Amino acid sequence: MQIKLTVNGKEYSHDVEPRLSLTHYLREVLDLTGTHIGCDTSSCGACTVLLDGRAVKSCTLLAVQADGCEIITIEGMANGSELHPIQAAFKEEHGLQCGFCTPGMVMTAADILKNNPTPTEAEIRHGLEGNYCRCTGYHNIVKSVQRAAETLNQ
Amino acid sequence: MGKFIGKSIKRREDARFLTGKGKYTDDIKLPNMAHAAFVRSPYAHARILNVDTTAAKIAEGVVAVYTAADGPGDYGVPCGWQVNFKNGDTMREPQHPLLAKGKVRHVGEPVAIVIAESLALARDAAELVDVEYEELPAVTNPKAAMQAGAPLVHDDFPDNAAFDWCIGNDRAEVEAALDNAYHVTELEFINQRLAPNAIEPRSYIADYDVNGDKWTLYTSTQNPHLIRLLLCAFVLGIPEHKVRVVSYDVGGGFGSKIYHYIEEALLTWVSKQIARPVKWTADRSEAFLMDAHGRDHVVKSKMGFDKEGNIVAHLTDEYCSMGAYLSTFAPAVPTYLHGTLFQGLYKTPLIHVNVTAPFTHTCSVDAYRGAGRPEATYLIERLVSKGAKEMGMDPAEIRYKNFIPPFDGVNQPGYQTQVALQYDSGNYAPVLEKALEAIGYEDFRKEQEAARKEGKLLGLGISTWIEGCGIAPSAVVGALGARAGLYEVGHVRVQPTGKVSVYTGAHSHGQGHETVFAQFVADKLGIPMDDVEIVHGDTEQVAFGMGTYGSRSLAVGGSAIIKSIDKVLEKGAKIAAHKLEAAVEDLEYAEGKWTVKGTDKSIAFGDVSLTAYVPHDYPEGLEPGLDFSSFYDPSNFTFPFGAHLAIVEVCAETGKVTIKRFVTCDDVGNIMNPMIVDGQIHGGVVQGIGQALLEEVVYDESGQMITGSYMDYAMPRADNVPMIETHNTVTPCPHNPLGAKGAGEAGTIGSTPAVVNAVIDALWHLGVKDIQMPLTPQRVWKAMNQN
Amino acid sequence: MIPTKFDYKKASSISEAVALLKEHGYDAKILAGGHSLIPAMKLRLNSPGVLIDISGIEGMNKIEEDGDAVIVGANCTHQQIASSGLIQKEVNILSQTASTIGDVQVRNCGTIGGSLAHSDPAADYPATVLACDAQIVVEGGGGSRVIAASDFFQGIYTTALEDDEIIVAVKFPKVRKGSYQKFYQSASRFAVVGVAAVQAPDGGIRVGVTGVADTPYRATAVEAAYDGSSSAASHAVDGVEVMSDHFADAEYRAHLAKVMARRALEAL
Repeated sequence: MQIKLTVNGKEYSHDVEPRLSLTHYLREVLDLTGTHIGCDTSSCGACTVLLDGRAVKSCTLLAVQADGCEIITIEGMANGSELHPIQAAFKEEHGLQCGFCTPGMVMTAADILKNNPTPTEAEIRHGLEGNYCRCTGYHNIVKSVQRAAETLNQ
Repeated sequence: MGKFIGKSIKRREDARFLTGKGKYTDDIKLPNMAHAAFVRSPYAHARILNVDTTAAKIAEGVVAVYTAADGPGDYGVPCGWQVNFKNGDTMREPQHPLLAKGKVRHVGEPVAIVIAESLALARDAAELVDVEYEELPAVTNPKAAMQAGAPLVHDDFPDNAAFDWCIGNDRAEVEAALDNAYHVTELEFINQRLAPNAIEPRSYIADYDVNGDKWTLYTSTQNPHLIRLLLCAFVLGIPEHKVRVVSYDVGGGFGSKIYHYIEEALLTWVSKQIARPVKWTADRSEAFLMDAHGRDHVVKSKMGFDKEGNIVAHLTDEYCSMGAYLSTFAPAVPTYLHGTLFQGLYKTPLIHVNVTAPFTHTCSVDAYRGAGRPEATYLIERLVSKGAKEMGMDPAEIRYKNFIPPFDGVNQPGYQTQVALQYDSGNYAPVLEKALEAIGYEDFRKEQEAARKEGKLLGLGISTWIEGCGIAPSAVVGALGARAGLYEVGHVRVQPTGKVSVYTGAHSHGQGHETVFAQFVADKLGIPMDDVEIVHGDTEQVAFGMGTYGSRSLAVGGSAIIKSIDKVLEKGAKIAAHKLEAAVEDLEYAEGKWTVKGTDKSIAFGDVSLTAYVPHDYPEGLEPGLDFSSFYDPSNFTFPFGAHLAIVEVCAETGKVTIKRFVTCDDVGNIMNPMIVDGQIHGGVVQGIGQALLEEVVYDESGQMITGSYMDYAMPRADNVPMIETHNTVTPCPHNPLGAKGAGEAGTIGSTPAVVNAVIDALWHLGVKDIQMPLTPQRVWKAMNQN
Repeated sequence: MIPTKFDYKKASSISEAVALLKEHGYDAKILAGGHSLIPAMKLRLNSPGVLIDISGIEGMNKIEEDGDAVIVGANCTHQQIASSGLIQKEVNILSQTASTIGDVQVRNCGTIGGSLAHSDPAADYPATVLACDAQIVVEGGGGSRVIAASDFFQGIYTTALEDDEIIVAVKFPKVRKGSYQKFYQSASRFAVVGVAAVQAPDGGIRVGVTGVADTPYRATAVEAAYDGSSSAASHAVDGVEVMSDHFADAEYRAHLAKVMARRALEAL
């Protein structure tokens, strides 16, 4: 089936099998491998991207469902070599270790902060409930989102 | 402290991870690459009557289908550690075939592999492989596996024991001391089976090059050289120089990516059969069934105290599961990484640990973050806290009373334990003092009392932990059954311009070696960090290495690099002396230059390195170049320690436990980068909280895993845990040049008993003395309402 | 994890979707948000030959006031429902319920129609749909009809929907006061127990319970015993065969149902 969509500001058109997930489309067809797969059950959040501005788990969407949509992946966050404030905050606060869950965390944080620019610690933790991290104990991820909120509100 | 050492330098690896440019194995795509899917056993124990691959072989896009009959890897995957029976009999070591032969012995065991043009087509065809099984009874609990009449995992062994083992003082002596003790505390529990769950699933690409008869194996491993050694020398019989193992970015390991797995060996074999690259990446479901699990000990413990609360003896009997096959380091985990830590931080004069290690019809069990030491710490710290409660003593007081007095390992000798090891250096009371002060211990007790009157159940748990890490002296581990040395390699190549490439056999899968190692290298050489590059994870670049586990990278890998730096500076001094027309003894090295003492005559590091590579005006007889490799074999383990405190609230209605605060004070020796050490502690603590409250792999009676996905296996999420309040003291390791002890496993080792002790503290007045982990709301509620 | 092959049809109207359902029969499945269906297909527990995507059908994702009721289009996402000002004001309990489902990402995709049609015994909406006495508006080969909440849920993954019927909307009477209390399963974050209680117009209460039995139910014993206090909560599982699993055996689950019921009643 032919689909047409915008990913990180660039338009793409491809003929895809209906069963191709959006994650596999991004990774295998567009070679955007920053979006990761960590589970089979929509639980871990490593595959999170923004679809029409909302955080979604791309492993639980078919590429055909994204036909006509606008998608932002981790590769589309930075402005050239300048990190997005959320990315910069993760670096400053050591909000990542192995880096595997990180793209999903950053994209989810973007959704959290878009809907709630001044979240409390509890709201951040609640907002991240759909993203597993096994390395950081979340401590520095929460601090990263707090710092990003401060930067974005300046 | 130098310019970089001891500073929270931000990580250089972050830029690629934060922009989606990390290079994990599954991100790699090779031309003409085929994809693999496995046909796995749905039964825990069954005879394979027939495997029919006819339909699969002619399915769309299928390249090949293989079963055991095709003879992949005749020898199977080996075990890297031999622990013999107490009576001297050799450890029972079953063959672990790459594809099941005759029988399957756990759910998920591969029976066939299907190779196709795409992953989707491989999956489709795998469903067409028709396997006929005769289901057989299974046993999944290690204690049950040792009962008479239990189903045998391996028919050629008379019972299910892989080995049995003991350490410590004479059993009769320990039993007599317990008989005479003023008070004896007892515990019987299961240290439950855990799934490691690195968020990146295991992934392999094997690429056979017909022209050179060579392979490249891209693999998500913690130790590429060890994988190459096992794969080549033991499984496939390939000369090592024909295989390059590459492990770029790895998305977490926690032990589970140490081992040589059958899938990576099988893919390597397949790649040659089809003369194409072939990729396989585990699903999470496959990860649950196949990635070596942790823990799974059935424990019975007794600790005796005298009237004053001094520990007089400790006896533990355990059944520790090996799973269906022996994973790479499995036998070491419940023995030399476990029984040898039973001294804890205490002066306990008599200790005996007795371990039986059975096979069960389950996934293999091996080292999972902490590996044997969390299990030891858990039972010691539960016993001490329970003993204190029973004797009406304060849990902090009983610990102070029993702590081994301070020793620095330099002016005072190391502490000889009753269980073989000699601790390097320790000063235990300050970590507890500092943690108690940070949490406000006295105030908490008042708050707890007041809360109880309002029906609120608050509790505070203490855990004071020690571990043996920096693994490990080769001769020692060799004597204990290791089939490998556990040194590390550090290669320092000074480029002509003075830029430095460091090749380390340690492997980073989240630990930040590229930054931390560059910090101390830059400091030792007095050059900018930007001039230092750290290379790891490629057998073709790094001469050799034993990888990263057991909190060893800095203590062992870092020390190897220091050895090479010393050689660089020693040779550099000769070149500098020549250029400065001075004697080597008259030079001093600081801030990147050699200076003739008491003068302003100096030569910079970069000028010396250039001279080394352009040796026109050069010391006679000295070889050109500035390039050294060193092997560092530690003289002892390192022994970090600490105190972890948890404050919990238990919901009286539902039994749900909420962690209100978590305070640590850890002593991991000298700290290179506090930000990274804190990060290791945060993550470790939360993994330990996971074991205490949430995580458990459950097999039912027939051997089916009923927690095989994230819908049923619970791990800590952001909203399950509080901020982790970290503190530290510093007691340097006396026997390695960095004075570092290791921080990777500390959090996990210390935190689990702190949480459980806190819950018991909250509920003790209700008659609750112990609750089986994980402390699920149901278990807590039932314990509260048992009477 | 990759599903088996299937055909994908995007319906542009409800009648087109119904016609496609009729044409493909058992082999077809409706795709709304896909957050129950796609995971099941990836695990190959469900392998439909045709997916009929209804997400693009105009008008199905609206939330509208209709006199004493609020009509929620079947394609409304949990996030839309949780954050709708109208729902927060007029059927607040529905907003509460939606906000407990899954996580941010799941709430951004999963739909109320999809969840109700899937009818997972641990899903959250059923308790609230029952307590609100909502009506499920469906359309099928036989035209459109309205199914009362109490008739809709028929068992594990089983509803009163005919094979060719699609949920179009859910009509919630406005509720003055209501409370949804959920005890989360620690891994999946589905409900081990979910209890919804609302004040009925006649001065009584209505209570819906999910997660406890294989079919969500109205806790009529609680409703009957309600005396303005929370003591009626002790009847939360009267006459109910309580489920048992790894996270909560029947005894504990029954206890949780009573605790959640009490909390819900106390919040009224």
